[in-house]
Amino acid sequence: MSTGPVIEAVDLTRHYRVRRGLFTGTATVRALDGCSFSLSQGKTLAVVGESGCGKSTLARLVTLIERPTAGQLLIDGKDVRAANAKTRREIRQAVQIVFQDPYGSLNPRKKVGSILEEPLTINTSLGAEEKRARAEEMMAKVGLRPEFYGRYPHMFSGGQRQRIAIARALMLQPRILVADEPVSALDVSIRAQVLNLLMDLQEEFKLAYLFISHDLSVVRHIADDVMVMYLGRPVEQGPGETIFAQPRHPYTQALLASTPAVDPSRRRRRVPLTGELPSPFDPPTGCAFHRRCAFATDLCARDRPLLRDMDGRQIACHHGEAIAAGTAPVRQAVPA
Amino acid sequence: MALLEIRNLTVEFQTSQGAFRAVDGVDMTLDEGQILGVVGESGSGKSVTVLALMGLLPWTANVTADCLSFDGRDMLSLTIDQRRQLTGKDMAMIFQEPMTSLNPCFTVGFQIIETLRTHMGGTRREHWRRAIELLEQVGIPAPESRLGAFPHQLSGGMCQRVMIAMAISCKPRLLIADEPTTALDVTIQAQILDLLVDLQRAHGMALVLITHDMAVVAETAQRVTVMYAGQQVEERQVDRLFTEPRHPYTAALLAALPERSIGHRRLATIPGVVPGAGDRPRGCLFNPRCSIASDICRTVPPALTTDRGGRVRCHTPLNTEAEVLA
Repeated sequence: MSTGPVIEAVDLTRHYRVRRGLFTGTATVRALDGCSFSLSQGKTLAVVGESGCGKSTLARLVTLIERPTAGQLLIDGKDVRAANAKTRREIRQAVQIVFQDPYGSLNPRKKVGSILEEPLTINTSLGAEEKRARAEEMMAKVGLRPEFYGRYPHMFSGGQRQRIAIARALMLQPRILVADEPVSALDVSIRAQVLNLLMDLQEEFKLAYLFISHDLSVVRHIADDVMVMYLGRPVEQGPGETIFAQPRHPYTQALLASTPAVDPSRRRRRVPLTGELPSPFDPPTGCAFHRRCAFATDLCARDRPLLRDMDGRQIACHHGEAIAAGTAPVRQAVPA
Repeated sequence: MALLEIRNLTVEFQTSQGAFRAVDGVDMTLDEGQILGVVGESGSGKSVTVLALMGLLPWTANVTADCLSFDGRDMLSLTIDQRRQLTGKDMAMIFQEPMTSLNPCFTVGFQIIETLRTHMGGTRREHWRRAIELLEQVGIPAPESRLGAFPHQLSGGMCQRVMIAMAISCKPRLLIADEPTTALDVTIQAQILDLLVDLQRAHGMALVLITHDMAVVAETAQRVTVMYAGQQVEERQVDRLFTEPRHPYTAALLAALPERSIGHRRLATIPGVVPGAGDRPRGCLFNPRCSIASDICRTVPPALTTDRGGRVRCHTPLNTEAEVLA
């Protein structure tokens, strides 16, 4: 096995052409517009952002459900765009996904056993007994009792269903697991169990996680690296500790300040953040965040800031230094 | 006299396996201008409690209470007509899923004005003006043009604002928000919570905030009730609940928050799951998952007792005087 990054993305882009109405022709949605990152074995990259920021599009590209419009995506050193059908088939086995809603992602007509064995049936030529042995082994690993083998998904709680979904994703011994909001549908006490399970499995199988979440308290706990996205582009990315200790981009700061905290000492001053995510059909000129940003100037409305290095992370903001030094003028936020 | 008084509220559902007690002896008192947080995992009976209060449960539910009074009126003995005059006007509710709670076939303006037309007198023009004023109050830009919008043309956050506008349209004295921000993004969640608290202060409403998010109640509520499997297990002032929880379930819920485990590799967990309809344990309902359960917990159900300015349902509460002093 190579020791290099298992995923390498350079300017990864995915545009959709959609019809806006019967007579209005088509429009282009830039769901993901230039996103670069690399993910190493055994590490976790968390992708954070509000709905509509391109998190799930990224997950669909990495799992090869969709092809990128532009940019480069290397998985296990193989170029996804250049790959032929056979190579793509191989890559698919190395990347598996756990979906957000465990109530919707399991086939209600199949028993747990056949859900777990299906990936083996499709991708390997193992015999029935061997498949069953593998399924039972995996059930033990994710904390499901052996008698669950013959039960249907409706007999399980949300947490147990998510364990089934995780077991199914691991049946083909992938190297990369994409987790698309894996705990956001679960209760607090169950959430902690599933997060611990994910961390145990990561250690045991040296898995690389692409962890997609909007819950910053979860991300803070599980992530090595963090990528904060806004309207299809990363606005701040770097080591999790650095970003959580000192968020530099105004959007990251606003996200952290908006996350409620139990501990009064952990609460941050609320940065005034008005309005909502702009429509991807009609993205603002310049910096996509400028209409909601407290520090925006004319420059922000005109020129799109590029990602650049600052304080041990990358940030896409014209005024990063001034905001960090506390010298950036705060404007009265205007409603979007 | 308290605005809302609930004594020993019990809700049972008739199922094919017999009666299932979804809410078991809940007590709540709320005065005007107060915010009460209700926290619990799914299946703990939070929503059923307030649906019983609003009279929105289906006929299969059997609601009993020693006292269920709002503003001195007994809610259980009201006729349907009397109840209709009260709900939506003096007590209003915001639901969890804004997209599915609004009627997709009508414009948001129609739906807001429908509430006004039902409960308040006045002309069409007055209703129209009031609807615009309400949308302005909840922070919707360009309200005149939004009145003609259908729910599918608005984002989740905007729909929730419309729901709030409908709920406060008749200046209710009690507002019940059932997981108002669960379906929304964090930045929108913060906006909606700020809006609810601002409106609550401005109108002196009583607010019941139901959520599963401990951090949301910590930042918003004054008093908190923690529910587990249909029972209240603890109730006290918000700061005391978070600094010195008395019930092991409250303590375990707090410990399971990622923010309390910073610096540790693993999160603290509560083993097992919330008991369902068929597998309620004997004694204390929490005993199979409790780290300090003893023999008495497995046999005798604890009562909800008064305790340090709050109430707790436990035989051996945590954070005893000696522990707090030490």
